[in-house]
Amino acid sequence: MWLVRYIPTETKYEFMQWRRWSFPLSALLSVLCVLAFFALGMNFGIDFRGGTLVELQSREGPANLSAIREEANTLGFGQVEVQEFGAPTDVSLRVQLQEARDDLTEEQVQQQVVADLRAAFEDAYEFRRVEVVGPRVSGELVQSGTLGVVFAIFGVLVYLWFRFEWHFAVGAVIATLHDLVLTIGFFAITQIEFNMTSIAAILTILGYSLNDTVVVYDRIRETLRKYKKLTIHQVLDAAINATLSRTILTGVTTFLALIALAILGGEIIKGFAYAMIFGLVVGTYSSVFIAAPILIYLGVRPSSEIADSEAAQAMAAE
Amino acid sequence: MLRFKTSTTIAILVAVAFGMLLAMPNLLSQGQRDALAEATPGFVPSFLVPTQGVVLGLDLQGGSHVLLQVDIAELMRREAQNLRDQVRQALRETRTPLEGGIQMTSRGVQLRVPDAAARAQLMPLLNELEIPVENAVLGQAGNAVEVTEGPDGLITALYTEAGVTERVNRAVAQTIEVLRRRVDALGTTEPNIQRQGEDRVLVQVPGLQDPERLKAILGETAQLEFRFLANPGDSDVEMLPSQDLGGEPVSVERQIIVGGEDLTDAQPAFDPQTNEPVVNFRFNVSGAQRFGEATTRNVGRQLAIVLDDEVISAPRIQSPITGGSGQISGRFSVQEANDLSVLLRAGALPARLTIVEERTVGPGLGADSIRAGVTAAIVGAIAVVAFMIVSYGFFGLLATVSLTVNVILILGLLSALGATLTLPGIAGIVLTIGMAVDSNVLIFERIREEERVGRSAASALDTGFSRALATILDANLTTLIAAAVLFFLGTGPVRGFAVTLSLGIITTVFTAYTLTRLMVATWFRVKRPKKLAV
Repeated sequence: MWLVRYIPTETKYEFMQWRRWSFPLSALLSVLCVLAFFALGMNFGIDFRGGTLVELQSREGPANLSAIREEANTLGFGQVEVQEFGAPTDVSLRVQLQEARDDLTEEQVQQQVVADLRAAFEDAYEFRRVEVVGPRVSGELVQSGTLGVVFAIFGVLVYLWFRFEWHFAVGAVIATLHDLVLTIGFFAITQIEFNMTSIAAILTILGYSLNDTVVVYDRIRETLRKYKKLTIHQVLDAAINATLSRTILTGVTTFLALIALAILGGEIIKGFAYAMIFGLVVGTYSSVFIAAPILIYLGVRPSSEIADSEAAQAMAAE
Repeated sequence: MLRFKTSTTIAILVAVAFGMLLAMPNLLSQGQRDALAEATPGFVPSFLVPTQGVVLGLDLQGGSHVLLQVDIAELMRREAQNLRDQVRQALRETRTPLEGGIQMTSRGVQLRVPDAAARAQLMPLLNELEIPVENAVLGQAGNAVEVTEGPDGLITALYTEAGVTERVNRAVAQTIEVLRRRVDALGTTEPNIQRQGEDRVLVQVPGLQDPERLKAILGETAQLEFRFLANPGDSDVEMLPSQDLGGEPVSVERQIIVGGEDLTDAQPAFDPQTNEPVVNFRFNVSGAQRFGEATTRNVGRQLAIVLDDEVISAPRIQSPITGGSGQISGRFSVQEANDLSVLLRAGALPARLTIVEERTVGPGLGADSIRAGVTAAIVGAIAVVAFMIVSYGFFGLLATVSLTVNVILILGLLSALGATLTLPGIAGIVLTIGMAVDSNVLIFERIREEERVGRSAASALDTGFSRALATILDANLTTLIAAAVLFFLGTGPVRGFAVTLSLGIITTVFTAYTLTRLMVATWFRVKRPKKLAV
């Protein structure tokens, strides 16, 4: 047998003991993330802030950042953010949302920004990407993004309520919100740009985390039905141990796919991939150390799953 | 669970084969696809010979995405002006005395007619302005304009809610039509022009080299008017900026001789004398007649050719122009003359458009993005496959086969649905690769477990699959719900991501569960192993 086993075939870790550490730890991290969110703020991209982004590639030799910065700042659009973008030939310029002025409307001023940038840099640089998001659109994007997250969580809640019991639905949503808070904190602390792609990343993290939680919950439910004599702690430990090798294997494969994306997927996908890797770790952690033990507090008992049928049997016996 | 009816087996294989067929066109070049479509005899149903490949998003193939907003306020201001003119006409016909003038509001007009008899005479005429609006859903939806007679002789004529909606719908539809003609005239391939929301139009043009020119062409209202330069002492005149006459504002008669709606054709050309680029145009019969009469009576005066409230040239009329055609000169560059004739041919926009969002990706960046995305997908897949084979041996190999089929099916479905593959979409596929493995892992882990508790090989396989199914369904359905919500609420990149993720989940459940099971079952029937090397 040459197959590689990463963990012992049968484990008996007492995961439930860990909740004394994991709950305070998660609470602390969540508070830190909320603080970071308010103290540092998110590095919102132009999708949400409005404004202009252009990506330039020098036609010859490496880009001269300081010259670009100097020239861009003379155009009168306030401080222009100039950054190297991946390769030394690539530069990204960010101009914040301009207010209406002279006789130009707010939208026309943004167009003026692009025209002026082109006039200034077109000769030496190729315009690889131009994005202009007006104030109205950016507001709508914030709205639709937030709505997306809220409705997705709600939809999942309803589904789990149908398929499991309310305890599980609530537990999954708490674990999901935990992951959401931590991921948003991750964006605030690392200052990775937060844009529409990040919203997709967050939703994927939530999807993955839920996926993980549901797999564990499925096993918990099964164990509950099978071993009616066990205490809830034992049931949870048994279920998590039974799914442990799967949890690790799947985590590793997804991690491999994401690492490839982070290293090779290009500059735009990079932030997305980092966030996903963070979410993968947090999502896996939360399904084992938050989603499962929280069921104890929500009052899931070995009998609750079969309470109805037992009651029915008791009635029949009388 | 391990027994498959022959019909089921055939159904599964047909589904896989059909998915592969749908993905086939992606291996062909556009020329080969066209040739294939060409060579297919008529009696073969077209779904058997798919010729559609995956549509690449603008972020991958390069191009411009411009979101335009119709200026509703301006549109309604114009409609209100029309209403005022009609009311004025009615007042003239009935010679009604007014107290004060006609007041304009944002949606219509107000006037005061103190004399009751005059009012009684006027009202029937005004009531004719209340044109009914049809509503596609509800049939009759009331009138576009509501005329009310208030106390002390106050009369209002206002656009109703239904009237405004109808005007906006019409304006947006017309805008789309005009934009389509303009963009088509640029000669780009497959532009996509569609309404978005209430008052917006999205224009997507793949592979365009000069986005600034596109925007210029989209934004121009292109309201063309022929008027006369005012004589000193004329009364009904307005000052308009001029392009040609040294940039100074000039005084122009308000009276329009002929408008752009009477144009039948416009072509760029060169003036034979000066060799300057010019635009030749042609009027329809009624336009030609009016233009002929006006120029006959006004030989020697200067004409004002007004485009969007700007005088672009002011030629002197040397002799009557009765042939119905003429020339606009205005110190154009070749491209300007070209663009102007495009605008004139396509017609005028009903209202001003504002660019509210623009995203342009150069073709070079698009190609780089594809390369990066594909490389990441391949490397990711190889890593995952290697890991699976190391972990599960022969079963890992089977998982790899179903993983490969999975990706092919996703591409096939994307092609068949005509869905657009974007960069986040590729990320979605990479993620599917990672997660599809989860389903296989769930199954294999279960089989291992069942074997450990002492079941026979057959029974371990059987229970392993059936036990894993519930988990696979629960886990994937939750993700599918999230993806579906994303699809309906998301825009742009989020949507592209949601599409591949949703398709990926569906194909994952099919391949990981059904296809893997079929392969395992077949292998088991042939080999009859006592123990499983999972």
